[in-house]
Formats: sequence, C-alpha cells, structure tokens
Amino acid sequence: MDAELMQMLALKVTYALVMVSVVMSIAGYTVLAERKVCAWMQGRVGPNRTVLPFISAIPFIGPFLRNLGLFQPLADGLKFLFKEEIVPGHVNKFYYYLSPIVALVPALTTMTVLPFGEFTNAEGFTTPLVLANVDLGILFIFAISSLGVYGIVLGGWSSNSKYPFLGGIRSSAQMISYELAMGLSVLPVFLWVNAPGMTGSGLSLASIVNSQEGTAWLVLVQPFSAFLFLVALFAETNRLPFDMPESETDLVGGFHTEYGSFKFGIFFVAEYAHVVIGSAIFTTLFLGGWHFLPWVADPWAPGWIGSLLGVGWFLAKTFCLIFFFIWVRWTLPRFRYDQVMKLGWAKLLPLALVNLIFYMILVTYLDQASAS
Amino acid sequence: MIKTVVMERKPLSLSERTYLPQIASGLKTTFSNLFKKKVTLQYPEQRPSIPRGYRGVPTLVKDPNGREKCVSCQLCEFVCPPKAIRITPGHIPEDDEERSHVEKAPEEFEIDMLRCIYCGYCEEVCPEEAIFLQENYSLSGYSREELVNDKEKLYEMGGTLPDKHFKWDKKKTDEEQGNAH
Amino acid sequence: MSANVKVDMVTIILNGEEVEVPDGINLIEAAQIHGREVPHYCYHPKLTVAGNCRMCLVEMGMPMRDRGTGEPVLDSDGNQKIGWIPKPVIGCGTNVSPGMRVNTDSPLAKDSREGIMEFLLVNHPLDCPICDQAGECRLQEFAMDYGRGYSRFVERKNVKPKRTRLGPKVTLDDERCILCSRCIRFCQEVAKDDVLGFVDRGSYSTLTCFPGKELSNNYSLNTVDICPVGALTSSDFRFKMRVWFLKESPSICSESSAGANTLVESREGQIYRITPRRNDSVNDTWMTDSGRELFKKVKSESRLTAHRTNGCVDTLDAAVSFSVELLSNEKIAIVGSCNSSVEEQYLLRKLADQTKAKIHLPGHFGEDDGLLLSADRTPNLRGALATGMVKKYPSDNLKPLALQLVKGAVKTLLVVNEDLFALGITKEHLKKAKIIYVGTHVNETSKMADVVLAGLTVFEKSGTFINRNFRLQKFFQAVPGPAGLVPDFLVLNRIASELSGKVAESLGLESLWKEIGKLRTSCLKGIAYREIPSDGLDLDPGKLADLSYVEGPALNFSPIKAKTTDKMKPKAAKD
Repeated sequence: MDAELMQMLALKVTYALVMVSVVMSIAGYTVLAERKVCAWMQGRVGPNRTVLPFISAIPFIGPFLRNLGLFQPLADGLKFLFKEEIVPGHVNKFYYYLSPIVALVPALTTMTVLPFGEFTNAEGFTTPLVLANVDLGILFIFAISSLGVYGIVLGGWSSNSKYPFLGGIRSSAQMISYELAMGLSVLPVFLWVNAPGMTGSGLSLASIVNSQEGTAWLVLVQPFSAFLFLVALFAETNRLPFDMPESETDLVGGFHTEYGSFKFGIFFVAEYAHVVIGSAIFTTLFLGGWHFLPWVADPWAPGWIGSLLGVGWFLAKTFCLIFFFIWVRWTLPRFRYDQVMKLGWAKLLPLALVNLIFYMILVTYLDQASAS
Repeated sequence: MIKTVVMERKPLSLSERTYLPQIASGLKTTFSNLFKKKVTLQYPEQRPSIPRGYRGVPTLVKDPNGREKCVSCQLCEFVCPPKAIRITPGHIPEDDEERSHVEKAPEEFEIDMLRCIYCGYCEEVCPEEAIFLQENYSLSGYSREELVNDKEKLYEMGGTLPDKHFKWDKKKTDEEQGNAH
Repeated sequence: MSANVKVDMVTIILNGEEVEVPDGINLIEAAQIHGREVPHYCYHPKLTVAGNCRMCLVEMGMPMRDRGTGEPVLDSDGNQKIGWIPKPVIGCGTNVSPGMRVNTDSPLAKDSREGIMEFLLVNHPLDCPICDQAGECRLQEFAMDYGRGYSRFVERKNVKPKRTRLGPKVTLDDERCILCSRCIRFCQEVAKDDVLGFVDRGSYSTLTCFPGKELSNNYSLNTVDICPVGALTSSDFRFKMRVWFLKESPSICSESSAGANTLVESREGQIYRITPRRNDSVNDTWMTDSGRELFKKVKSESRLTAHRTNGCVDTLDAAVSFSVELLSNEKIAIVGSCNSSVEEQYLLRKLADQTKAKIHLPGHFGEDDGLLLSADRTPNLRGALATGMVKKYPSDNLKPLALQLVKGAVKTLLVVNEDLFALGITKEHLKKAKIIYVGTHVNETSKMADVVLAGLTVFEKSGTFINRNFRLQKFFQAVPGPAGLVPDFLVLNRIASELSGKVAESLGLESLWKEIGKLRTSCLKGIAYREIPSDGLDLDPGKLADLSYVEGPALNFSPIKAKTTDKMKPKAAKD
C-alpha cells in the first residue's frame, strides 16, 4: 500500500516536473517567438546570432538554427542568471523578493488542472492526460490565476517608487475589472455543455473538450462568448493592447521598473507562462482541445501514438493562439487607462451579461423543445 | 490672408465604433509584412555602401608623392565649431631638400573625436586640401585619450588622395625655371 | 599740447558731401575723419609720405580760378567751375585746401585701385596659409575689399628668397614684399639707424640691408608691425600662433618710465607677443624690442607660483597671518618698488603709516636712448612720489637701510619685488632681521625670506602706472595668474586690514581709487578710476616737478616740459 502510494507520488512528481519544464520552455520560446515575429512584421530579421559550438558546425542545419535564433532563450536565461543582482535601497526587501514568486507560482499552478490530451487503453477506457483531473477545473483556474495579480501589486508596492506603484495600481484595477467579464463569458459555455441532453458533466475541463469531439467546436457554437473570453484573456495576461501595468512609454517599466537580473526574469517568464496557459485554456474551452477538427472524428487510433498525436494537435492549436497573441501585440496600440476601464465595465460586462441571459433563454427554450 | 475652414468630422458608424474592422485590417497589414523582404543589414559582416560626400572621421591626407600636405595654417582649428582641433605649428628645417620651400608644417595635430561633430567645415576651409572627412564611420576606444587622434593616426587613417593642384610642386618648378632672381 | 593750439578748419566736398576737416592734413586722414576709407600701403601717419604704393589714388578737383586775374571761373549757371584733375592723385601726398572736391569711390578711383591691386598681386606668392601676417594683412584685406577677385596673370611668378635674415629679430620674405618702403623710412626717421634699402630694379627690386650692416637696433620689430604684408616677420613669433586666435588686452610697457602703450596678445592664458598701441602723446605707434620680450618672464622657471612660510609652501591665509604677526613687532622697515602699480604703492604707504615703518625705495637706472627706453628703468617711479610713499627722489641703492640694519634699528623687513643683495645689502646686514617678501620671481632675497607672498606680473593684474610725462595710464589683466595667486594690492590690503584687527573687505580697483582720490596733497586728488581714459590722463605734478629726474629728452617728452607744465590742470578737474 505504502509502496504503491510512494510510487504514485513519485510518478506525479515526475509528471509535474516534466510539465513545469515543458511549460517553462514553451514560455521561453514564446519570448523568442515574440522577438522573431515582431522583427518579421517590422521588416527585420530578429535574433540570429546565438549558437552552440557543436551545432553550428553542422552544415545547413547549424546556420539554419542559428538564423532562427533557436539558442537565444538559453542565452537570455543565462544572462538573467549571471547579471549583477541590484536591490535598490528604498525597497521593502521581504515583499520585494516575494513578489516575483507570487507572480510565477499561480501561472504554473493553473496548469495542474489543464488537460492536454487523453489516453485510451486497450479496454477502451479513456483517461484525460492531466496532473489533477479536478471536477471544478475552470473554477480552480479562475481562483488561482487571479492570484497572479498579487505578484504585480506587491512588486509595485514594495518597490517604493512612483512608477512601479502606478503600475501596480493599474494592474489590480484592470485585473478585477476583466475578471468579471471573463467569468461571465464562460458561464454560457458550461450552461451549454451541461444542458440536459448534452454529454458534458460538471465543470471539468476534460469533459468540455470531449463534448466538442466530432461535433462543432464551441467557438462556432458560441462565437460571442469566445470573443468576450478572448478579450478578457488579453486583459488578464496584461498583453497589449491592455498592458497597463508595464506601459513603457508612460511608466518606464511599470511594476518591474525597480527589478533587475533574475527577479526581473521571473516576472518576465511569469507573463509568458500566463500567455501559454491562457492560450491552452482557450484551446480547451473553445477550440476542441486535442480533437482533430470540428465534425471530424480524430483520425488517429487510440493508444500511445494516438494520444501523443492528440497532445501534439493540442499544442499546435495553442501555438497558433500564442501567435495570435503576438500578432495582436505588434498590430494594436495601447489603450489609454480610462479606455481600458471603460471597455471593461461599460462594454464587456454588460455584453457578457446579455450573452449569459441570451444563452440561458436559448438553453431553456431548447430544453423545453426537446422535452416536448 | 489665411482662411480657417472647420471640417466636420463624420460620425462613426456602428462597425467603426467597435473598432473591429479596423483591427482586422491592421492585423492583415502586419501579417502581410511577415513575408516581405527584410531590410536588416548584418552589420559587422555586411557594410553599408557609403554615399558620395559622406562625412566620416576627419583625417589628414598626403599627396601622391607621400608628402605632408598640411601647412598648419590653423584655419580648421579656427573654424571648428566645437573646438575639437588643436594644432601646434612648426617649421620645416631649411635643409629639407624636398620641402624646405613650404616652410611650415604641423608639429602636432590633434582632433578630439569626442568633440568632433563631423560638420566638415575643416575640410571646406582647408586651403591646402589636406584634411578630409573620409568614409570611416566607426570608431571606438577604451579611454578618452584614445579618442584624441594625433598626427600620426590622422595620417595613417587618411592615406593618400589624388591631388589636382600640386601647388607647392609648381612653386618649386617656378623657383627652378621661372624668373629666379 | 595740441588741445591748446587752435586748428583752422577748412571745408572740402568729400564724395559730394560738404565736410569740415582740419587744415593741412592729407586726403587719407581727411577721409578717415569722416568714415571713408582710402586704402593705402606706404602711407603711415607717423612717417614721411613716400607715395610709392599708389593704392590711395582718388579723384580730386579744385574750384577753377582764372590764372591771370584770380577771379573764379563761373559756368553758365553762375556756379564756380570745378577743375577736375584728369588723372587720379595720391591721397597721401595731397593736402586739403578750401573747396577741394574729392571722390574716393568714383569709377575712376575704383578702377585705379583694382589695377594697383592686380599689379601688386602679380608676383605675390599667395602663401597666406603659411604667412604669419594672414589675418592682419593689408594686402588680404584690400584684395577682398577693392580687388577684382581673380587674376589674369598666367605666367610664372617671380621667385625671390623667402628666408632672409635681416637682423637678430627680423626675417624677410622677399616674395611678399610690395616695396612700400615703410621699414626703410622707419629706420631712417624714427630709429635713426639707416640700414635698409632697395636694390635692383623693376620686378627684381628687393629689400636688403646695406652691406655689412644688419637690422639690429632696439626698435627693429616695429618694422614688422608697420609692414603692411607678411614680408617682415618677427623671428621670435614666426609660426607660433595665427593672429586671429590672439586676444588683445591693453597694457603698459613696464620696461621703463616711458610707459609705452601696448597690446598684450594671448591665447588661452599664454602670451604670444606684445605689440605697440597707438598713443600720440606717449609712444606714437612704436615700442622697444626689449619691451616685447618681457612676457617671457611670466612663465619662466624662476617664477614664484606659491606662497611660502619658513620655506614651506603654504596657503595665502597662513602666509598673510604670519606676515601680520611679524609686522606687529616694532622696528619695521619697508622696501618699496618702482615696479609696483600706483595702487600697490598707495597701500604700501598705508601699511607704513600703520606700522610706523620707514619706506626705502630703490631706483633702477640705465642709459637713455632718446626714444622709448628712458634712463629710469622702472614704470612707476612717479607713482611712488605721487602717492606720497616717498618724498625724495630714489637713489640706486639702499645704503640708509644698510646703516639702520647695522644699528639694529630694523628687525622686520617687508620687501616688495626688489632684490636687496643687488642694492648694497649683504647677508651680514640681514642676520637678525625677519623678511617678508612680496614678489613675482625667485631671487636671493626671496630665498632668505621668512614669508614669501607670491605676486602677479603686470600681465596678470590690472592697475595704473605714472610715466615720465606724469601721465596716469591704466593696464589690464591679459592672462590669468598661477592658480591660487591674487593681485598684490589685495594681499597688501589684507595685511593692512588684519594689522588693525579688521577682516579685509573685498576690494576692487574702483573702491580703492575712491580712497586714493582723497589723498590731500597728491596730484592724484579727485581722480576716479573709471574716469582715467584708455589713453591715459596727464597729471599736474605740482611741486614734484622740481625734483631732478634722470630722463633726458625723448620721443614726446622733454624734461623741461615736465617742469613747466605745473600750471596745467588735470583733465578730470577741468571737467
């Protein structure tokens, strides 16, 4: 019994470590993708200098990888590690050190409940690939991810300096404003999935994904919900056009102005981890997760190969979404702070409410229709 | 007289007020840019082509016979707006066969590149066509002293440029063949 | 002196404009009075007219008179006819007369100048880049103002020797010479040392020294000053610095009591040359060669650059308070200097009154050359008399002081810029005395001194001198002194104030002169510093005129005049 438990624990810890490293490296490469895409959009080349000694010697592939900047995240990470650690004299040391951790931990915690594939064994029994298949998946995600704002607020406040402080204030206001719209925009999804006669069950994310198998993706069923969710997601991840906490032009660097070296690196990675997790959630909720295409059954056979292909498909969708995040960032200008607030409270929130009520009525009507 | 015309701004339509079509067209623009030719110049390996009349680092040049052209008239020192040039004038000894008739040459010639603003006035004012702002645009150093170019460095950077006039050579032939006293 | 002579004015018509000019002057001067420039090379106001450069050609005409009767010849309108001279005349050689018509910028005059310029430039080497005269060259200036802009001369230019040594201080570049003969006339008329002349003819004409002679008199560098082109250059200043960098500060030559007005030309705190400044009552436009060398002492090895107490470098405060301590004792004597400015001498007198010290003043005398090097080789001996620092005319030694030292009547000695050992004092005399030395250069006295207060040279401070004409003249600071040194008069003022237990007030020359102007019996009474004109102020020597001065008659100076002008009042008082 104990041995079995120990084995279970060891397995889970291994899984967790693998997942953390995968998500972190995806976050790292998202940074690279951001730099590359932005460069291409601006007619530039982007990072193309870093290289590993042996790989560069390989003909064709070496220079190709170098031009792609594939080793840049490594160099960036090392740079953060080896930079001189500067702590301004006026900061509140405890919270100053705490806040990067507070920023990163929620971003990584949310992925525990995030399913990224499924495994069907020989008996036809299907298990979702997830660290913790919690029934209340989406609630857990909302609960944890909104803790991320504490990192930012703490960082802004503990820096004891005006620009970070303003960044922190803006960030907290923005998070609170858009969390509402975000929550309200996913409710119709669960209403729809859990409506009588539907296949879904509870708030589990895996079941939502499975409810989209072989049928329409939810983005097609509820495009408006998806749109609201996407906008709110941009705001929650502090991506342009909603990057109020940073807004380099008016707040220098926003909440992380006083941060340097590795602590800044953690903030930086946390932000991209948010983007990665956010994209994954959107894929789960609206883009059919690891399933192939709307109305098309998965072309791969069940088993290890099938589930790996499913995970790959899931990642591909997530990457497309990450690209979309980047694409929007380098297209749109930043909103003014009052515009952000106005959009959140006066536009998105009412729209989300209307959307919710519309689907409540629709689901009720359909329920009545199917009952009669 | 200037007339002021007040242009009425058209009220925005509903689609315009959502900004969504505009955002979409913006996304289209940026996306199409992804595949355009890149303009980046890979600097240390690729060098930009220097246009004619480019004003790089000021240098001193020698005439095609490898002789010093500057006579230390100090006009460049005078005209230099940031006072980057400093010349110590000197004599050419009388026993210098080739150049004693020029009489004067700089003993030291310093250009402080931390002060230089690359305006090219020195080149413009030089009556001997001895100072030129050539194509060298990249200069660096580890100390302030290193960025003060002395005479030796200025000649090294300047090299030799073709000379249209050979003013002093003419003078010498005058001396030999002309109405010598 | 000319102010008392009534000058007759005549009316001429200059460029169609009726103007009044003094009778007897030439057209160049007349035009200059009324702001018209007549370009000229050979004419110099202080030399005879030679009329050989032909640059000052103007058009001139006279009202016509009948030769037989002397009656005015009238034209049909009843106006007097003007008899224009068909060819241009030289402005320098033509004196004004009533009714004269002069055109300085008529087409004929312009044509003439252009032609002359072209001929002058035919064989001119155009080596302005290496020419020391560039920037103050009349040829450059007039080529710009009156030249035709380009040359039609395509043949080979004449080549002449370029580095001829005319004398120890003057180098000749024959190619640049335009044969104006100013230098020749200067040597004949002013320096009275006839060594220069032209040889050969036509374009082969060359300036040279007479065989066996060289231009070695003490005024030779004036030929460089008056040379309108770069033919004569100073061997010392040659290729040192371009003239357009030089800042000119008005100063007074401190070589002798002649008090020649000078311009000290410096760049960035470094003096490069001294040139004379025109003052028709003192030095005309000349100065001595030896006076031009004085600036070399400013940066010499033996310069005192720091204050010292007991031989160690110390701050000014410490040096002053140590001096005050020494001067608070009894038995004090002061050795003043005729090289000090009027202000310093006044403060020294004040200090002497405070400490009841006797002031000894040595004079420095030499030979009189009858021009600008007078027998009194100090610039301000008369200042010492005017401020009442001493009553008697100084002698060239300090025998009375030596006697007192022997007697033991002097325990502390304040010496200003004089070397006691050159003046008849021996080490034996000074055994028991403490010495405070205020001065600019190291000498035997400063080496012995207990306190050395390093002072500033005449080029580094402002002040006034009184020259042999009893003319009060201002000199101004040209270059900053060594770091940490303050003008001598401030040091003396601090010592005087602290001796009486006060903190020295900040003092400027203006406020100091308010005090000096209150001197009752002095000829400096009532003079304010601001009112001293830039070319000096003639003082009324009063009784001081009766002393027997050593200077003999010289340029703009006669010893008798100094005695007989006691009725002349100072200009300031007249106003």
